[in-house]
Amino acid sequence: MRWVTASPARRGALLLGAAPLLALALGYVIAAAARHADNPADKILPLPGAMAAAMAGLLFEPDQLSGQYLFWADTIASLWRLGAGLGIATLSALLVGLMLGALPPVRSTFGPLVTGIAVIPPVALLPILFIVFGLGETAKVALIVIGVAPFMIRDVAGHIGALPREQVVKALTLGANSWGVILRVALPQALPRLFEGLRLSLGPAWVFLISAEAIAADVGLGYRIFLVRRFLAMDVIIPYVAWIALLAVVMDLALSRGSRRLFGWAHMGAR
Amino acid sequence: MLSLRNVWVEYGDKVVLERISLEIAEKSFVSIIGPSGAGKSSLLRVILGQEQPTRGRITLDGALLPTECGPDRGVVFQRYSVFPHLTVLGNTLLGLEFAASPLIARLFGTARRAAIAEAEAMLEQVGLADSRHLYPAQMSGGMQQRLAVAQALIKRPRILLLDEPFGALDPGIRGDMHTLITRLWREHGLTIIMVTHDIKEAFGLGTRVLTLDKRRHDPHAPQRYGAGVVYDLELTRKQAADAPSPAVQDEAGITIDTIGNN
Repeated sequence: MRWVTASPARRGALLLGAAPLLALALGYVIAAAARHADNPADKILPLPGAMAAAMAGLLFEPDQLSGQYLFWADTIASLWRLGAGLGIATLSALLVGLMLGALPPVRSTFGPLVTGIAVIPPVALLPILFIVFGLGETAKVALIVIGVAPFMIRDVAGHIGALPREQVVKALTLGANSWGVILRVALPQALPRLFEGLRLSLGPAWVFLISAEAIAADVGLGYRIFLVRRFLAMDVIIPYVAWIALLAVVMDLALSRGSRRLFGWAHMGAR
Repeated sequence: MLSLRNVWVEYGDKVVLERISLEIAEKSFVSIIGPSGAGKSSLLRVILGQEQPTRGRITLDGALLPTECGPDRGVVFQRYSVFPHLTVLGNTLLGLEFAASPLIARLFGTARRAAIAEAEAMLEQVGLADSRHLYPAQMSGGMQQRLAVAQALIKRPRILLLDEPFGALDPGIRGDMHTLITRLWREHGLTIIMVTHDIKEAFGLGTRVLTLDKRRHDPHAPQRYGAGVVYDLELTRKQAADAPSPAVQDEAGITIDTIGNN
């Protein structure tokens, strides 16, 4: 057996995948224990027990000032912003990307504009967004939209534009008009690509969310991390980062499963 | 029925086709052969309406041909003729749905059931009735081309254009496809124009064989002259019938390879 052709069985693959994660966790615990042996008050590498204690306060006890369960309030606020931003971005990617990809005159007219917007670093626009939309939710959602929508639009438009010319001609000979081609030929083939684009955009979307929350917010996962940084509260920061990672993995998995279930035809060739 | 008068196709100063004048009769099966780059596919695209001739006029039944692709001319390409996101049945239904419902291109209720019955009858004729829930990715190249033919024929086109439809198939399957297309041509009274690389195929199937090639050649400016029709062979009915007719043997109900060209 050669390395390049080896195909681990399902259980074996799971074990192999879990091993580095476990090794990392173990390494962390050993390092933390070593530091605590030197200095029992160490804050940089908190022990799991300390993290659990700190998180229990955020999870199960209402905040004295606001009366909210902070962890859950942060999660809901962040997910809402992320969801709204990605939702708007996805919808605009579908509409604009479809038109750009399927209709050459639209592509000639608006293609350069989309490209121009896409090359602007979104965080450079953050001050403008704060000035225009104020420090509320709109600016944060807008940053996510501006950050990921141009990529998704260009991805969908490129995919639709690259569909074989034969498909369009064939649809026309079957009696379709331009609208029919968009509705029955371009749209269904854009959807799996849109899911793929959304998956790839999850990472950048989180970056923009945390950036916006770090700069101006009063609730949210990113806000909390940057707030407790002042107290060197690694016992909160590390579990929050792990929670963000978990949320991102679950979203990614849900999108990939959803795409397979909804658009089985698009996944038949690649197994 | 279809008439081309002095048609030229030029891309910039590259002349692809020059002085093409043809009369294509109803219910004929015209094969177009010629070397690569002789403009076979360009001619097909011009008749299809995908491209416009730079000079000349094309008329269908005396009326000027619409400058757009439309349901009066069906087409089967070598590849990419079927839609990967639709099942066999969905692919076949598509033509009926576009016609009946221009706004949403979908049918419901009785209209849909009638369309499905029509589509299934068509699939029966090309031998795909049992595969109606498969997606193209699950089918062989031959099955995909059968589907492409069914999909085009359900619109009852005046002309069926085939652009190297069997070029990507292996020889056994190709023989089956020849039998199929010959039978459909006879039963439906189709007018077919087929571009092919395979000379045997061109003579075996066609009632008329056109050969495109350059009549003149300037070695210093090879793009200066375009191709024209250098041979126009009318295979008489008798000759075409010499290739034993599959229609006769069809009573047996199976696809016996009766065209002796493979």
